[in-house]
Amino acid sequence: MVEHFDAAPEASATMTRTQERIPTVVVDDAHIIYRVHQGAAGGTTPVAALRRLVKRTHAPNVREVHAVKGVSFTAYRGEAIGLIGSNGSGKSTILRAIAGLLPVNRGAIHTQGQPSLLGVNAALLNDLSGERNVVLGCLAMGMHPDDVAKQAAGIIDFSGINERGDFASLPMRTYSSGMAARLRFSIAAAKKHDVLLIDEALATGDKGFRKRSEQRVRELREGAGTVFLVSHQLSSVRDTCERTIWLESGVIRMDGPTDEVIRAYEAYANSK
Amino acid sequence: MATTALVDPDTGLTQAQLAARHGLRVAGERPSLVEYSRRLWAYRHFIAAYANAKLVASYSNAKLGQLWQVLTPLTNAAVYYLIFGVVLDQKSIPNFIAYLTTGLFIFNFTQSAVLAGTQSISSNLGLIRALHFPRASLPLSTTMTQFQQLLASMVVLIGIVLVTGEPLTWEWLLLVPALLLQAVFNAGVVLLVARLGSKSSDLKQVMPFIMRTWMYGSGVLYSVSLFERLPGWATTLVQYNPLLVYIELARYTLMEEAPLLNESLTQLWLVGAGWALVAGIGGFIYFWRGEQEYGRG
Repeated sequence: MVEHFDAAPEASATMTRTQERIPTVVVDDAHIIYRVHQGAAGGTTPVAALRRLVKRTHAPNVREVHAVKGVSFTAYRGEAIGLIGSNGSGKSTILRAIAGLLPVNRGAIHTQGQPSLLGVNAALLNDLSGERNVVLGCLAMGMHPDDVAKQAAGIIDFSGINERGDFASLPMRTYSSGMAARLRFSIAAAKKHDVLLIDEALATGDKGFRKRSEQRVRELREGAGTVFLVSHQLSSVRDTCERTIWLESGVIRMDGPTDEVIRAYEAYANSK
Repeated sequence: MATTALVDPDTGLTQAQLAARHGLRVAGERPSLVEYSRRLWAYRHFIAAYANAKLVASYSNAKLGQLWQVLTPLTNAAVYYLIFGVVLDQKSIPNFIAYLTTGLFIFNFTQSAVLAGTQSISSNLGLIRALHFPRASLPLSTTMTQFQQLLASMVVLIGIVLVTGEPLTWEWLLLVPALLLQAVFNAGVVLLVARLGSKSSDLKQVMPFIMRTWMYGSGVLYSVSLFERLPGWATTLVQYNPLLVYIELARYTLMEEAPLLNESLTQLWLVGAGWALVAGIGGFIYFWRGEQEYGRG
């Protein structure tokens, strides 16, 4: 059956080339189990620590959480996909697995290029000025120093941290949480990503910044990228994504056009 | 069925076949060693910038700022001199101040690198989870930060050695290759402890004790002639202790008549270079093998 498609006639291949959708993320029956360290209740003495090191055993009180239970979907170029679901449904976990930061215990996740995860707690160096953080962040994304020098001013303008005085030269620890999140988003959005994973980041910032960032997400998509957006704010999912996946306790409950999925999700959430 | 196949040739493929057809790669896969080294080289600007940033950040809350780079080693040397030079009154070593400070500063280079390196992964989890870059950049930039610190303390050391009456000779230039060898050795050890420290947070608590033991085994505070009283095999063990070797190299180049455990200078250089090679390559390979694990959990 499969070979039949591989050996598809030349004619049909040329016919479909223009319409062919190119997958960027393929998730194949992924199961993710992670360990949670709850801090040792007993055995915090140096001797106990040394014994654990020598015996290579794990600290007590480690619990396993089966966060994602057999999720499969395919994301294509130019798509923006919203991930919704109640707290603890595995949304952020699956994003981190796509970024390659969590291993899958069963199944597989295939990606094109290296997906970048943009979360609210993506910390840079708090003791350094915003400007230095911009340079550092861009270099960490693999940009060339010349490009960084060219783009740095644009990134700071985009973040809008200088709207109330010269904050770019102050250490980041003096920023409000909203300002810091805006700067981080601006840094991450300065580079073209094949796959960009956004975890609640658009929720921060004022209206003006939200507009700018939604515009930026659209540009990233037009540049043949794929954007995933995890958010509890259904409005921002509705504004940026045309497809939405609804996860509930680690299983996909619905996958389809945003309007339909959100309507079903709202009905579910209200009935609870 | 046939018509859908015409519109989209991917229909009917399993997920794995679909991924293979479009050349997708498994998320979080580890690159080959050569590819990894190549990527790391491409990130050299980041490593340098990060090392610099850490250096600036570490003093940003202190009023005296970067002056502490010089003040910390000076204060350290003063305290140890008070105890070992004045209170315990060392007489066996001519120019004890130069002997002590040389050992202290050279040892401190490795000690601070290792202590910082243990946490170079675990204290940067935010960065690791947010951005994708070769993780070895972090321990390497830690080593680089410590190297910059060392340069400042070397200025202090050379001042102390000159003031205490050692003559300035051409031999002093040999300090440069000796420090470079030690830097490579440090990089290797830092890569090793960075991976160990990323897996078990307990290592951070144990590390100071290990370093303290290592310090007593490196003849920093007292004359190395004490080691000659040990049984033969133990003396040999101490002789090959990498830190003792690097300290003796520095003492040999800077001082006229420092007591040394290793008689042969050639042997010192060979053992020093050997350790740098073994630690550098071994540490790098060990760290690379864990590349996909950092930031997980």
